[in-house]
Amino acid sequence: MSHPMHKDYTGAKLGMWLFLFTELLLFSGLFLLYAVYLRRYPHEFTTAGKQLNWVLGSANTVILLTSSLFAAMAVTAAQRSEARRAVGLIGGTILCATGFMIIKYFEWSAKIGHGIYPGSEHLKAGAPGESVFFGLYYMTTGIHGLHVLIGGGLLAWIAAKVKGGSVNAEHFVLLENGALYWHLVDLIWIFIFPLYYLIL
Amino acid sequence: MNQVEQADIPAAGGFWNDTGKRGITAWIFSTDHKRIGLLYLYSVFGFFLVGAVLGLLLRIELMAPGRTIMNAQTYNALFTVHGVVMIFLFIIPGFQGSFGNLVMPIQIGARDVSFPRLNLLSWWLFIIGAVIIVVALFTGGGPPDTGWTFYVPFSSRTGTNVSLAVFGVFVIGFSSILTGLNFVTTIHRLRAEGMSWSRVPLFTWSLYATAWVQILATPILAITLVLVMAERLLGTGLFDPGQGGDPIMYQHLFWIYSHPAVYIMILPAMGVISDIVPVFSRKPIFGYKMIAFSSLAIAAAGSIVWGHHMFTSGMSDTAVLVFSFLTFIVAIPSAIKVFNWVSTLYKGSISLEAPMLFALSFILLFSIGGLSGLILGAAATDIHVHDTHFVVGHFHYVMFGGAGFAFFAAMHYWLPKFYGRRYAEKPAVIAWALMFTGFNILYFTMQVLGMRGMPRRYYDYLPEFAPLNLVATIGSWILAAGLVLMVINLFRGLFKGAEFSGNPWGGATLEWSVPTPPPSENFLQEPVVTHGPYDYRGAGIP
Ligand code: HEM
Ligand SMILES: [Cu+2]
Repeated sequence: MSHPMHKDYTGAKLGMWLFLFTELLLFSGLFLLYAVYLRRYPHEFTTAGKQLNWVLGSANTVILLTSSLFAAMAVTAAQRSEARRAVGLIGGTILCATGFMIIKYFEWSAKIGHGIYPGSEHLKAGAPGESVFFGLYYMTTGIHGLHVLIGGGLLAWIAAKVKGGSVNAEHFVLLENGALYWHLVDLIWIFIFPLYYLIL
Repeated sequence: MNQVEQADIPAAGGFWNDTGKRGITAWIFSTDHKRIGLLYLYSVFGFFLVGAVLGLLLRIELMAPGRTIMNAQTYNALFTVHGVVMIFLFIIPGFQGSFGNLVMPIQIGARDVSFPRLNLLSWWLFIIGAVIIVVALFTGGGPPDTGWTFYVPFSSRTGTNVSLAVFGVFVIGFSSILTGLNFVTTIHRLRAEGMSWSRVPLFTWSLYATAWVQILATPILAITLVLVMAERLLGTGLFDPGQGGDPIMYQHLFWIYSHPAVYIMILPAMGVISDIVPVFSRKPIFGYKMIAFSSLAIAAAGSIVWGHHMFTSGMSDTAVLVFSFLTFIVAIPSAIKVFNWVSTLYKGSISLEAPMLFALSFILLFSIGGLSGLILGAAATDIHVHDTHFVVGHFHYVMFGGAGFAFFAAMHYWLPKFYGRRYAEKPAVIAWALMFTGFNILYFTMQVLGMRGMPRRYYDYLPEFAPLNLVATIGSWILAAGLVLMVINLFRGLFKGAEFSGNPWGGATLEWSVPTPPPSENFLQEPVVTHGPYDYRGAGIP
């Protein structure tokens, strides 16, 4: 009697989708707070949102979308037994992730340089709604950034498996799940970007 | 295949020595769901005993007015740690982790869960989280003193070690999510041939509903805990009115998780009862479909009632009305279950062995707990008894009288199956009687005290509450005596007791069809299910 469960492709996908769902719910807590506080402080949120650099935000959006494309292409390549191509494409995704984090770093340090960070004197002196806005901004983008790092690490690990041959045209569900995770990271950013950078 | 034939095959130790490996590493790195189940059982039950000792200490302090054995700060820390241990280390991970893991895959005819290694990881995360919590008690500014709800603003200001404790709970939440998604996937994907949804045993049905609650609610707890940590470590101020935040938002987020969490505790307990009651009444369960469906209904309706914890926090009147109404709706599926259990008992040939005694007391105690819940769910009466000992009595009736007693029922019912030995019946009944008596003296008195206005989480009280408090404390000792007897009898029995083989209770669910103890991959042959879980004739039992 062989173990059927290690090859339960549908089961593996189902598990991953459920997990992605919990990630979405995790962020939904923050979005909920955003909605409530936006209603309470519409003006402060507008003025605070204008202080964010939408050029950098847009650049990061483009970068993440590209990275998602690479991830999807990597899955196709692996399914076609083109292991080297798949590894290269995953490398592309990870490169984009790095680019994203670098831009994020400059964004954050610029803000912190201006004295805008949780608990700072600058924020305490300003309107209360602004400090709530930035509190949420740092929490949301911070946790999202953490997900970028984790996703990047995950993909690097999977790339090694593709290279080693244990993820291949027959067994690619790991890569597929990794890519799904990455799409989620991308998707969440698609929500964050307009809410924080583009609002009025 | 004839399932009874399999059960009659002598098991020669089953999964205990199938792997050939010995020693602790054969356990803590095992991916066998039965071993993981036992790991969970021992860890959560250990925490239960620790929590119980803390509870007894609290009761001793409250035995008489004024200082009895500890100072006020210690008291605050103790009720917090008691709550945290009982909630996050015992009752939430308890059922899914231990009996869910032990029994569920066998009940659906699977060899293991869908993701065995993830299952092991869940246990490890649970233990890591627990260790973090224990470390938090002895380092930093000392054990947290906020109550297990970690309410802001106190939790963001107190000098005690809240951040670390909260982080431990966060890790445990992760473990809970992984177990939940593992179980949902398993129940969808690994049911044996013939195991249609309408043949899934009710315990497994309840685990299925619970797993969805774990998946949907726990992420909200996770983010809430992260925000508390950020509040303390970075001063984000999202819950701080001084910086524009709102502490009520904390309460919303916390209870969006923690009310559904009540169902993580109670749903599997109801599942246990639904499996035990028909077996010991020698009758098919009454209203199988309604019971299965009401588990899902409780899980769904229970997710939208969190606001009843906040009637006194300054919500709008409309919100109070809506939450109150929704709360009452949850009573309907719960009442359906009670009705079905009682109907199953009706004209059954009832055998009052220990698992059944615990199951029957579950029905009674849970009903008392549930009915007192309605008093809290109605805003007008809640305002009167909010944060009094009435609430403490209510939730102990549900969590301890309900989930706790069901846990004990499950231990008496299933553990012999996994050990091949059983406890002694007479001491088990005496232990049950002591616990049942002590329990009611303790918690019913608390409810009376609450009605008369004794507040909760207070170190001291007015002299007029002294006599009843003494009664409650004496009740706690009777309860403890029964508990000690039960533990000794159970574990003595499992290692030295009389042999238990085949299917002595006469259950028709699949776990009774496999050898005792079950072998490593549960089934000697791929099972094909030909009858329902409560169809005793189909199981070939005389
Ligand atoms: C020997 C058994 C137990 C005893 C003697 C006991 C006693 C107590 C006492 C005296 C309190 C403090 C009440 C107050 O001042 O507000 C308390 C609180 C609590 N207990 Fe128990 N208890 C026991 C078992 C349990 C069990 C099995 C659970 C859960 C499954 C549980 C959950 C709680 C919770 C959540 C609190 C609230 C803590 C807080 O207010 O922060 N207890 N218990
Ligand atoms: Cu509730």
